Amino acid sequence: MNDGNAIYRFLQPLAPDFVGDWGVVVTAAMVGVGIVVAIVSVIAMVSVWLERKVSAHIQCRYGPMYVGGWHGWAQTIADGVKLLTKEDLIPVGADRMLFMLSPSILLGALFAAMAALPLAPAFYFGWFDLGVFMILAFSSLTTIGVVMAGWASNSKWSLYGAMREAAQVVAYEIPLGVSLLAPLLVAGTFNLVEASHDQADFFGMGWFVFKNPFVAAASVVFFIAVLAETKRAPFDLPEAESELVAGFLTEYSGIRWSFFFMEEYAAMFLMSAVTAFFFFGGFESPFTYLAHEAFGDGIGYQLVCFATLAVKGFAGIFLMMWLRWTLPRLRIDQVMTMGYKYLTPIALLCVLGAGLWEGLKYALF
Amino acid sequence: MSDQTKEHTPTITVADQRVASQKGEREFMMDVRTQDLEVNMGPQHPATHGVMRILIRADGELVTGAQPHLGYLHRCAEKIGENVEWLQYLPYTDRYDYLAAMNNNLGYSLAVEALLGIEIPRRATMLRTICAELNRIASHLVAFGTYGLDLGAFTPFLYCFREREWLLMLFEKICGARLTYSYLRIGGVFNDAPPGWLEEVAYFCDVFEEKWAEYRDLLMLNHIFIKRTADIGVITPAQALDFGLTGPMVRGSGIDWDLRRDMPYMIYGEICDANVFDVPLGTGEQGQLGDCWDRVYVRVQEMMESIKIVRWCLENIEDGPTIAELPKVLRVPPGEAYVGIENPRGELGHYVVSDGGKVAVRCRVRGPSFCNLPILEDIMPHTFLADSVAIIGSTDVVIGETDR
Repeated sequence: MNDGNAIYRFLQPLAPDFVGDWGVVVTAAMVGVGIVVAIVSVIAMVSVWLERKVSAHIQCRYGPMYVGGWHGWAQTIADGVKLLTKEDLIPVGADRMLFMLSPSILLGALFAAMAALPLAPAFYFGWFDLGVFMILAFSSLTTIGVVMAGWASNSKWSLYGAMREAAQVVAYEIPLGVSLLAPLLVAGTFNLVEASHDQADFFGMGWFVFKNPFVAAASVVFFIAVLAETKRAPFDLPEAESELVAGFLTEYSGIRWSFFFMEEYAAMFLMSAVTAFFFFGGFESPFTYLAHEAFGDGIGYQLVCFATLAVKGFAGIFLMMWLRWTLPRLRIDQVMTMGYKYLTPIALLCVLGAGLWEGLKYALF
Repeated sequence: MSDQTKEHTPTITVADQRVASQKGEREFMMDVRTQDLEVNMGPQHPATHGVMRILIRADGELVTGAQPHLGYLHRCAEKIGENVEWLQYLPYTDRYDYLAAMNNNLGYSLAVEALLGIEIPRRATMLRTICAELNRIASHLVAFGTYGLDLGAFTPFLYCFREREWLLMLFEKICGARLTYSYLRIGGVFNDAPPGWLEEVAYFCDVFEEKWAEYRDLLMLNHIFIKRTADIGVITPAQALDFGLTGPMVRGSGIDWDLRRDMPYMIYGEICDANVFDVPLGTGEQGQLGDCWDRVYVRVQEMMESIKIVRWCLENIEDGPTIAELPKVLRVPPGEAYVGIENPRGELGHYVVSDGGKVAVRCRVRGPSFCNLPILEDIMPHTFLADSVAIIGSTDVVIGETDR
């Protein structure tokens, strides 16, 4: 399957001879970067709007209703333009270099992680045999951006936020990684497209959560760890606005602040997508099955796969929002207790169980 | 590392080293030095419910010391009371506890009436009771909702404000104002309730009863909420008495003290005789007696008791005048009077002194928020930073009143 990415394959026949192979590769890479940036922006935009609408409807309000006409769909664009035109404030005494660098590191790491996410079985930016490993590695890198932001802001509240983030991520990386081992045992691959293909049986419903009960248990652990990893309530301690003013975001404003926001929402989508790939079928659903029957591997099938992934990703985002607007926040020691004392052992048990289950299945059938 | 940082690094004393070496941890003590972090929570901070500043000394997440600093909202209310006429001072009383303005009006009016020695028409008293109790509900809704907000639960806050909005609409109908009413005044109330108002209040009571149970289940009995509030900020009954706490703060510690029943004013004596309402007390249901959960739950239960009082008043209200005959320019007979009433936050006392003139000689206010605040210094140390927010929220301070 490793035949370069779809953009390269599309551009290669069109390129004139003098460009050469390297010219096509560079062009394809630039187009790919453009697509990743566009996707991140669109996801962030839609998610912010969705969050405002979801929270509003949970709270008996309407949320944005005017900008753009239909249910205020353009509100986020208007907000983005406003944030762009705002003054770029850097507090006196802040470490200017780190202060300016941290949003870029955060967003850069996220773009790198996004690059490992296939959007359709035949549309990926690179064929990564360790795809999920790359996603987890780069999304952990965002923590460094947060800690950097908190330290560079020269504000005590920011420092608190940064320290909380560091402690929280250290505590939840373990259950996050370990619980993911359970579906990996079933899939036998780190590659997201291959993992998705493994779930195509039973009319597109052969999801790993249905194939192995321990994977189903691991999916809960994984989702909770994802909440902590993406700083979503009830684990939003790094920014805990009623305790730490805004945590590591306290001193940020304007477009830099919106970078943090973009990162948060895109990371939510990314982690929801990973959850979908390794627990809930990835591209596979009954619709995908039907599309494959009808179109084969053609463009129609690819579009249905993309739509399925988007729906699953946004379903995950919706679940995160639902939790955020329903639950109170945990305290830092409770977060730590939950991570170390409960989730990590449960995740290990899930891996053990999943391994035994698979072994028995292999031995018996 | 700059020179400044070096200066602040604490030196390890000989005594410390001795203790450490006894424990066999000498090297550890020499290497890891920690220093307490001093953080100003406020005056602009989402958790201080106004412009209060709390100087917190923290060892990481652990709070080791806390000191409230007041005075950012001082508006000389008491001094103004010595310079304006008796009736003119009434609007200023609205401003100190802006969440319970009806109760403030009531306290001041009762104090002046005690000096005047006048008879208040029965319908006026009934309307006063209804308004004061409805205002208590409105105030507790804010206390309860913002408490959820402090703990990171946004949604109950907006649910509470939906009901509060209805109450404010009712107040707007009866007096034209939503926050600073000046409706209860010396001699009675400003005007009679508009037609249909009392029926609407009755309807509100019915609806609120359903919603109340919903809110209780949604937030008070939420597992995370209980984890965050039970056993946090425990005020023992002895401590509560030592600090002279009043209102839900003292009742949360299990001490049965409610001015409406124990020092009845207006028609509360009659209401108590009719056995209309109970005084909810903290029971230590989810943790220790006197923790944050108990205090908040006392407020939540009090809303229901207020509904009972309002219902009793609606049944027993009769037609009649709503304000006593008083001269345009009020001259109060010489003397002094102190009247304490049960404000949503505790005992709101007005001490007024008159020399027979048009203005008061002294107009002193005992604010419940102000008197309930010093306990923070005792209960905040040795909690987590997030707990300190929960504790401040559970005291339900209104800064307008602590500073006046």
